[in-house]
Amino acid sequence: MKKALATFVLLTLIALGSNRLLAQSGGELHFCLRSEPKTLNPLLAADDASETIRYLTGGVLVRVNRLTQELEPELATSWKLTNGGKTITFQLRDGLRFSDGTPFSADDVAYTMQQLMDPALHSPTGDAFRSSDGKVETEVLPKNHVRITFPAPIAGLDRLFDQVAIMSAKSPQKELAVLGPYFVGENKAGSYLILKRNPNYWEKDPAGRPLPYIESVRLDIQQNRDIEMLRLTRGEIHFINSLDAEYFDKVVAQDPAMAHDAGASLDSEEMWFNQVASSPLPSYKKAWFTSTNFRRAISESINREDLARIVFRGHARPAVGPVSPANKFWFNAKLQAHPFDQKSALQRLSQDGFHLQDGVLKDRDGHAVEFSVITNAGNKYRERMATMIQQDLSGIGIKLNVVTLDFPSLIERITHSFDYEGCLLGLVNDELDPNAQMTVWLSSADSHQWNPSQKTPATAWETEIDKLMRAQASTLDPKKRKADFDKVQEIAWQQEPFIYLVNKNALSAVSPAVHNAHPVVLRPQVYWNIDQLSLTSEVARNR
Amino acid sequence: MAQPTIIWKLPAEDIYTRSALPKLAAKILVTVLIGGFLGATLVRLAPGFGVDEEELDARLSDRSIQALRETRDNEPNLFVFYFRYLNRLVHGDLGTSRTLQRPVLQLVAERLPETLKSVALGLALGWSTGFLLAVAIVMSRAWLLDLLGGLLVGVLLCLPAAVLALLFVLAQAPARLLLGLVVFPKIFRYSRNLLARSSALPHVLTARAKGLGNVRVLVWHVLPTAAPQLLALLGVTVSVAFTAAIPMEALCDIPGIGQLAWKAALGRDVALLVNLTMVVTLVTLIANSASDMMGKTFRASEA
Amino acid sequence: MKWVRTTAIVFLLGISAACLLANLIAPASYAHQFREEPDASPSRQHLLGTDDLGRDRFSRLLYGTRVSLLLAPAAALLSSGLAAFVGGIAGFAGGRVERFVMAGTDLFLSLPWLFLLITVRALLPLNVSPIVSVLITFAMLGCLGWAGAARIICADARALSQSDFILLARASGSTGFRLLRRHLVPNLKPVLYAQFWISVPVFILTEANLGILGLGVAEPLPSWGSLLRELEGFSSVSGQTWQLVPLILFILVVSSFHLVLTKEELPV
Repeated sequence: MKKALATFVLLTLIALGSNRLLAQSGGELHFCLRSEPKTLNPLLAADDASETIRYLTGGVLVRVNRLTQELEPELATSWKLTNGGKTITFQLRDGLRFSDGTPFSADDVAYTMQQLMDPALHSPTGDAFRSSDGKVETEVLPKNHVRITFPAPIAGLDRLFDQVAIMSAKSPQKELAVLGPYFVGENKAGSYLILKRNPNYWEKDPAGRPLPYIESVRLDIQQNRDIEMLRLTRGEIHFINSLDAEYFDKVVAQDPAMAHDAGASLDSEEMWFNQVASSPLPSYKKAWFTSTNFRRAISESINREDLARIVFRGHARPAVGPVSPANKFWFNAKLQAHPFDQKSALQRLSQDGFHLQDGVLKDRDGHAVEFSVITNAGNKYRERMATMIQQDLSGIGIKLNVVTLDFPSLIERITHSFDYEGCLLGLVNDELDPNAQMTVWLSSADSHQWNPSQKTPATAWETEIDKLMRAQASTLDPKKRKADFDKVQEIAWQQEPFIYLVNKNALSAVSPAVHNAHPVVLRPQVYWNIDQLSLTSEVARNR
Repeated sequence: MAQPTIIWKLPAEDIYTRSALPKLAAKILVTVLIGGFLGATLVRLAPGFGVDEEELDARLSDRSIQALRETRDNEPNLFVFYFRYLNRLVHGDLGTSRTLQRPVLQLVAERLPETLKSVALGLALGWSTGFLLAVAIVMSRAWLLDLLGGLLVGVLLCLPAAVLALLFVLAQAPARLLLGLVVFPKIFRYSRNLLARSSALPHVLTARAKGLGNVRVLVWHVLPTAAPQLLALLGVTVSVAFTAAIPMEALCDIPGIGQLAWKAALGRDVALLVNLTMVVTLVTLIANSASDMMGKTFRASEA
Repeated sequence: MKWVRTTAIVFLLGISAACLLANLIAPASYAHQFREEPDASPSRQHLLGTDDLGRDRFSRLLYGTRVSLLLAPAAALLSSGLAAFVGGIAGFAGGRVERFVMAGTDLFLSLPWLFLLITVRALLPLNVSPIVSVLITFAMLGCLGWAGAARIICADARALSQSDFILLARASGSTGFRLLRRHLVPNLKPVLYAQFWISVPVFILTEANLGILGLGVAEPLPSWGSLLRELEGFSSVSGQTWQLVPLILFILVVSSFHLVLTKEELPV
């Protein structure tokens, strides 16, 4: 009996001891992708899932630290901007190898840049570097230096390299040879991916142990968020990267330690009216939508506080403009969210000849004000917001029809046929720098949603925005750029081509088994420090 | 023994002649091709064809967006488009999926087995439970059982598929079985009604009155009368199961052709959709022709 | 047995009356958002609590029942009628007609009709009233749901047309309409009942899913489908059992239909 007890104690001790070892390395991290990655080519990654794979596998020259929002060295140990912001020179780390053992050199950087800037590739990452026509030149310099020269200065150039995963020029594995913490070990299309630890990853922890700690990452493709949530509560997955508000509350109720609210994110939800002159709308409706008073009145009739409180259960805040307050440097702090004030709204409307008649708002010519807002189907939050706005607007005698459409139909309406009146969508924004919003604000751009691809700006204020956006892009002086972009924000606030509704909070849930997780606002919220994460013993042992 | 009221008289059908099979194959081929063409037409005419979610990516330059629009196979003439497709098909090329950027043949080959497995399991489950329950109810003539059966089927019909899927996950049951629950109500309902009618026929009642056992009545009198319709039902349930696989696989993230079809639909991926329509048409036709043939053979042997 | 059916009839009548009198019974407008109490539990003011936007669930249930209970059976009737028509013609005509019609039916079963629905939405103006939208939706469902049943009816009709008693009836001078009414329709009934009864709940649920395409019942008008969509998140239901009331009502109504329809079929 005694002997048995001793054996038991011994075994327990061994088990505990080995657990402690495991706590630092090994195990399989498990989480869900919401769709299949469209490509494993890091240069073409555009969807969420592909970007996740790129983040976990790609090695980049420099990395934006998602917590401090500062730029940090990765494959490059240092870098320098010269030539008025047209040229950047990197000093590369010596003696690195790709996941398949191919040595890494400046040639790989040159190859990657050449691939990336190939105009036939149409890479969204590459397009971010394309400020003007002309060739991008990459020179391989001695002592592992590489110099890249662009035809024109690019504001915030160095930060753009955070998105450029370096590919091997020589490896037979092509894009599957990587420099990041993991490599794609298994890819069962439509079902799951398994990423294996890259044995050649360059970084080590302060104790000299190789990173990353976690042996492998399993990504299950799981579109259904309810099932994802269920699996989290069961302990089958370790975290949910971006959590919906109602699930967040559920997590809080279950285990507050798992829930993380990092505050307002950079993403915004907004609504806009179709101001395209050639659209098939009747002319009186075009007149409404191009009227600043009309747009301002609609904006003032929407109770943003209620949207944030009810639809997002308090995990959102009324939006002010194109820049979220979370973007500390670029946000124009002088601006406030438009208050809910239907009296003022009616006053504005009366300036344009609108009047209430038996509780129905009519325009100068007696047309009852009725319009539709389209939004993408399947997004509960947008549908709910639209329904709440419907009731808000009925308060000033406007009949709003909410129409949910599947995404391709919606895109066709807002980009091709322009057969829509209002649209409610969200803008996903990862970039802090306003240059990333260039294509949204330039009146000639395709992404200038309310009236895209204009030959000459339709309004004076759009002319002004064009001028300011170009001005901020052509200088490297942060103060001057900030001043210009502040003005853009002010004009946008006054004219409201986009009626900004709310900024959602960055919500996530992380199992206590994951160590060293510090969810942040910037994507990828939970696993931005993937190489530092580790799993506790129980989980590591179970795997 | 009572005379069966319904006597199967078969005009000399051509099912036994040698030319029947090639003829059937030709008919199936033509129908499948028409199916592909109609499928392509439906997709082409739907709004959102030729646009891409990526066009909303603000990072893309205008030139890239234009290029993106130009890469579409925007052949305006449907017949030209379909002819080109057929031409490639003859050369063994099913085209490339635009959304997944892989050859369609590869995608279908990868995923069809998953779906076939689900459909087979679902049908096995649906038929074994639905049909047996119907037989039990009709033969026992217990109204309480009938009531409960009706209620169970009612519950299954009324639960949205998403809720069922979630319940399956909660119970940690394999999601494939879900398909069984989707076809079960149909099988049960139809077979119960058909069997009930057959068992109410005069000759069955007489047989019963003469003291024939339940099993004998069932095997000798009830089933033969209802067989052609039940076989037709079998054929129909195959296509029902296939169609039901689309939302089921999309909900449960099973990588079969249902999930593929759903993605293809959302992405207006015409190459993929044409092929999937043809696959589904083919399966439907084979299932229905087989059940038809069995029904006719059955009648022939009865005659 | 009889009392069960009587109860079912009374229940259906009661439900119909309640939803027809919704204007009088409903404590609040189905659209009004009580924004101070979203997701409320049942109370005297809100008998079934409120939904995520603070709308009175009981009122929404009453109005939603009106929409779904009126239109789903109508669409089911349409699809059963079409199935009887197509299947019947094919089965009785036999031969080439049958082969042709059945090949068409098979084709119909396998086409991606989703795109037709998307196209229909595109042809409608965006500011279409919810009533028109829902009418069109159910009409489409009725038009698209017949094919499976038509196949079984065809098999049935084929068997019937060659059966002795039809031959007898023909011989005794029954033709055309009389033959149809006295002999054919009664014999097709079981299949048609099955088709009808299955279609009602299927259409009610499909209507909710068509919201994805911009068809179906538009906000703020409620329907059973949209009420049941609330159940799709397990997190929203757990602990809020009153949310199951619409589902239970739905099941009861569908089961009652079943009881009323299948009156004399079981030889007891």
